[in-house]
Amino acid sequence: MSATRRVNRVAVAVLLFSMAGAASTLYAVDHLRREPVAQESLYVNSPKVLRRLSLGYTGLLADIYWTRAVQYFGEKHRAGSRDYRLLAPLLEVTTELDPRLLPAYQFGANFLAPKPPYGAGLPGAALALTKYGIEHNPDQWRLYYNLGFLYYTELKDYAKAADAFSRGAKLPVTHPFMPVLAARMAEHAGEFDTARMLWHTTYQSTQDPLIRQNAVQHLLALQVDEDVTRLEQAVKKYHEQTGRLPASMSDLERAGLIHLPANGTPADPNGRPYKLMPDGRIEVQDPGSIYFITKGLPPGVPTPEPARVD
Amino acid sequence: MNSGGTNARIGYIAFNTFREAVRDRVLYNLIAFALLLSGAAILVGEISIDIERLVVVNLGLTAVSLFGVVIAIFIGIGLVSKEIDKRTLYTVLSRPVRRWEFVVGKFFGLTGTLVVNTFFMALGVFLALLYVAHKFEMMDVWVLVALYFIVLQFLIVCALALFFSSFSTPLMSAVFTFALFVVGSLAEDLRGFARITQGVGGWLATAIAYLVPNFSALNVISQVAHGDAIPGRLILYDSVYALLYSAMAISGAVLIFQRRNLK
Repeated sequence: MSATRRVNRVAVAVLLFSMAGAASTLYAVDHLRREPVAQESLYVNSPKVLRRLSLGYTGLLADIYWTRAVQYFGEKHRAGSRDYRLLAPLLEVTTELDPRLLPAYQFGANFLAPKPPYGAGLPGAALALTKYGIEHNPDQWRLYYNLGFLYYTELKDYAKAADAFSRGAKLPVTHPFMPVLAARMAEHAGEFDTARMLWHTTYQSTQDPLIRQNAVQHLLALQVDEDVTRLEQAVKKYHEQTGRLPASMSDLERAGLIHLPANGTPADPNGRPYKLMPDGRIEVQDPGSIYFITKGLPPGVPTPEPARVD
Repeated sequence: MNSGGTNARIGYIAFNTFREAVRDRVLYNLIAFALLLSGAAILVGEISIDIERLVVVNLGLTAVSLFGVVIAIFIGIGLVSKEIDKRTLYTVLSRPVRRWEFVVGKFFGLTGTLVVNTFFMALGVFLALLYVAHKFEMMDVWVLVALYFIVLQFLIVCALALFFSSFSTPLMSAVFTFALFVVGSLAEDLRGFARITQGVGGWLATAIAYLVPNFSALNVISQVAHGDAIPGRLILYDSVYALLYSAMAISGAVLIFQRRNLK
């Protein structure tokens, strides 16, 4: 074997060995540093300083910070963490660097507002973020929609929700549901209809499959909550009229309190008939099959939530 | 040719590379570094409150890293092409020096230059620390670890610059090396992206994340500035990683240089 060929063979062997070794070592480093790298402190947390440091490349830096915010939220959410302390500063830096980065407001508010572990449990920060977004993007109806949604779902402040939807409804480009939502908030009636309309608008205003799936799950849960409420009201009326509880759904129909469907029994969106319990409560057959329902659950069973993706 | 002769030849090429770098006034950057650091140490004490140590560590280590990377790139890319342009390569290779010995010797010469440069800069950082804090503390030990990690970064940058210069023009080598340095510095974000991406995109991102040099794993400047301890296992893993990655790039450089037509 010539010297050159021998050198080549050794070089190839070293190259392959070091490539495999470097990848394995990096894997070990990655696991060792995962927590520290999640960085429980932002060493540069002043958006103004970052703006200067970016030398004018604020757009790119904002994109990087937005990506970091998404990753931070994703990692924390996946780990079931209740501590999202860096989320608000990351979003603040992102939007200060690029105030027109709409996804940061739309998704950011949804990360911030819900209670842990589904979000940071910071509705105040979500409101501040959305208001900052409106200040810099006053012609975006989605931001007014998000603001109204936050007031309605997180703070139950109907007057402010109505004001947000109403301002969004007056924009040249808006969603047809916005004036309706504004009116409903003003009279804050028809909780189920209003909630259905909100989730319907959410479904229509995004192409993101996860958000759409979430909206569909909420719409199905609303249907169950509404069905159970209606059936339990009928049971209550039956009790008031007859002095006893109904033995079956047919008793309610015979009393003219409900109309049974063609197949005989009212059913949830999955087609499973609702159960009339001996104490007059209505229960779903499989509580884990429909997420987010708040009614029709056996006593002590919490609201089912989707499993986190690992 | 025996191994003693090989070592001697590599050592000779390395020493000449170092001497040439010194002759090219590379170490003059130390003056700029000293001015920057002493200026910052004095100025921050005047205009700010309680962040003097933080600024000296952050600014000092960042400057050590950036100065070193710039030197590594701009000397590394010319190591081969300059020898060809000046026709000195033919003289060297006509003697009993193998091509791989030439590449490895150049690598050691350049890293040696950077180690000497870093040593003096580290002295500057510790002097500035002493100036602002009036004494050394236990946590200053971690500054040494950060400096060691910076030297590991230099190993990789030198190896990459040499790898690219073995087949490309100096300008393109500089562009490639600098681009990899930037991408590698954002490697944590890339790896985070890979973790949350599914399907082919996820596989591709993971492959890229493992292939590009992970400079962010070698950057602990922010942690040591805040006095955070660096785990012993990270020091071990990072050392192994930097050595293996450099070996990989140098092997690639040797393979290409072996085949290169120098006529």
